[in-house]
Amino acid sequence: MTGAREPRIARQVGPDGRARIELTGAWVLRSLLPQAAALRRQLLQHARDSRALWDLRPVEILDDAGALLLWRCWGRRRPQLLLRPEQEPAFANLSPTAPLAPPEEKADPLAVLALLGRRWLALREHLLDIVLISGHLVIDVLQLARRPSRMPWREISANIYRTGTQALPIVALVGFLVGVVLSYLSAKQLQAYGANIFIINILGVGIVRELGPMLAAILVAGRSGSSMTAQLGVMRVTEELDALAVMGISQTQRLVLPKVLALAITMPLLVLWCDTIALLGGMLAANWELGISYREFLHSLPATLPQSNLWLGIGKGVLFGILIAVIACHYGLRIKPNTESLATGTTESVVSSITIVILVDAAIAVMFSPVGL
Amino acid sequence: MDADAPACVIEIEGLCTVLGGNTIHRDIDLCVRTGEVLALIGESGSGKTTLLREMLGLGMPTRGTVRVFGTTLQGCPQEQLKRTRRRWGVLFQEGALFSALSVYDNVALPLRELRALPEDVVRELVMMKLALVEIDVASATKLPAQLSGGMVKRVALARALALDPELLFLDEPTAGLDPERSAGFVQLVQRLRQELHLTVVMVTHDVNTLIALTDRVAVLADHTLIAVGPIWEVAKLPHPFIRSFFLGHQARCEQSEVDVYRRMLAPALPAGEN
Repeated sequence: MTGAREPRIARQVGPDGRARIELTGAWVLRSLLPQAAALRRQLLQHARDSRALWDLRPVEILDDAGALLLWRCWGRRRPQLLLRPEQEPAFANLSPTAPLAPPEEKADPLAVLALLGRRWLALREHLLDIVLISGHLVIDVLQLARRPSRMPWREISANIYRTGTQALPIVALVGFLVGVVLSYLSAKQLQAYGANIFIINILGVGIVRELGPMLAAILVAGRSGSSMTAQLGVMRVTEELDALAVMGISQTQRLVLPKVLALAITMPLLVLWCDTIALLGGMLAANWELGISYREFLHSLPATLPQSNLWLGIGKGVLFGILIAVIACHYGLRIKPNTESLATGTTESVVSSITIVILVDAAIAVMFSPVGL
Repeated sequence: MDADAPACVIEIEGLCTVLGGNTIHRDIDLCVRTGEVLALIGESGSGKTTLLREMLGLGMPTRGTVRVFGTTLQGCPQEQLKRTRRRWGVLFQEGALFSALSVYDNVALPLRELRALPEDVVRELVMMKLALVEIDVASATKLPAQLSGGMVKRVALARALALDPELLFLDEPTAGLDPERSAGFVQLVQRLRQELHLTVVMVTHDVNTLIALTDRVAVLADHTLIAVGPIWEVAKLPHPFIRSFFLGHQARCEQSEVDVYRRMLAPALPAGEN
């Protein structure tokens, strides 16, 4: 109320020696807040006189906060009280006892053990879920292979555009800079031994076999993996996933498969793109630092780099693409319909896909160590 | 109440909205008076929600002004907007509860934001608001995702009422509530009106709520307000939308019938002075 008056307390002693405490003004949260402490002190003082008659009829408006303030000062019981009829309900729900504080959580001495146990169970659940998704995907692919007309081509092509075409600039930028830096640093070392020409071997093997697939995978996991998880998560929040389920449309076939296939196609292409640009950057830096001509660089590259490295890099690209998409979809489908879960799900998705890509890369490096070196 | 006519809580003047080349509103003038319940009705897509958002300062009209409590929302300083916003409560259509917070914390949030109330006062006020909307203590620790649709709505109402607002915006308040709860909701709003001189602006499609609660109905059609007035006057107008909206309810919208219905719904209420 714009014209509401300040809350005021007035005490008068009647001819019979009985005090009459009259409240006026607006007793609402907004008008009480600025002077709550002073009012409280006054009220407590007046409340000491248990024979006093409290007259609330002149109060303009009284809300729950005002009623509660009075109630607490009265010691949680009703004094002699005069009210207007519509003020009654405000005092009807006030309890004579203070509400209990919510029970404190007791510290569990075995909390660490329980945490470890929960982590272990969660890990098992994740692995089981991923096996389930992968199984579904294999079944879907087999079914679709029999009836290719049912293939979700539109979704696949949309995903290829989003995860591939739109990722080209950022992959190129990162690839180029890493190529330049790697070449520059190696050149300094090689110059000391007069082994300038080996820059081509180092760049060729390093980039094509290891760095290209790795850089592309990390960028795609951060860029596309997170968006896939968030997309599926929001579909859970808005009940779109349930809508698909009640129409009898398979979630894996319509949502997961196109993403997995799209990344399986775009990742090796992005790896090749990243390799090319990184080698270009390396070649420029080698020319500046060591004076190796472009012609010489391009001429020696095929000779020093066994072709199997290229195939290994592309193969890794396909594998990483599938891994990133499956992990992103797995976390996306687990998201519960609240914002907190969406946030943690997206983070976990990106962190685990990058970690798993690195672990798998290390395993491949060990397994294929005799090949192409 | 005062002898002179109650002032406008919300004043809309010459409001036009054009969104993406489509005209939504054309020259809307509206005054929401202090202490009244005004319902906004209109077809789906007629711009009710857009108008409501402009009254809340969430949307910007293309032309015209919206004044709430005498503050022009468009282009007023942040601090003033914040102060105005603390004087109203809003119940969103889907509740818009914070999904990461429990029921209790959702209702406590606006109170804690004042940064002036001790935690035990906050707790007691929250419990009072939850009792008001008939949410039991056991549900207070639940997360919004664990509640039924009707409960979400009631918790959202408790949150809207947390600061004991002077002005309450309700977007489809009774949609998704069972008839008994709808009636309970109507009684609650009536009670709050008497105690707090609450002004209510609501968007609704529920004729029962309209009959039970509203002082005036504003009809939004053909991009403008085609009628503003008591329900028994509005229901008689010949516009095709109004006819189909009140189809089969015409007789119940007579003034005498409305009074009977309201008395039926409010047996527990003591007779007010005003």
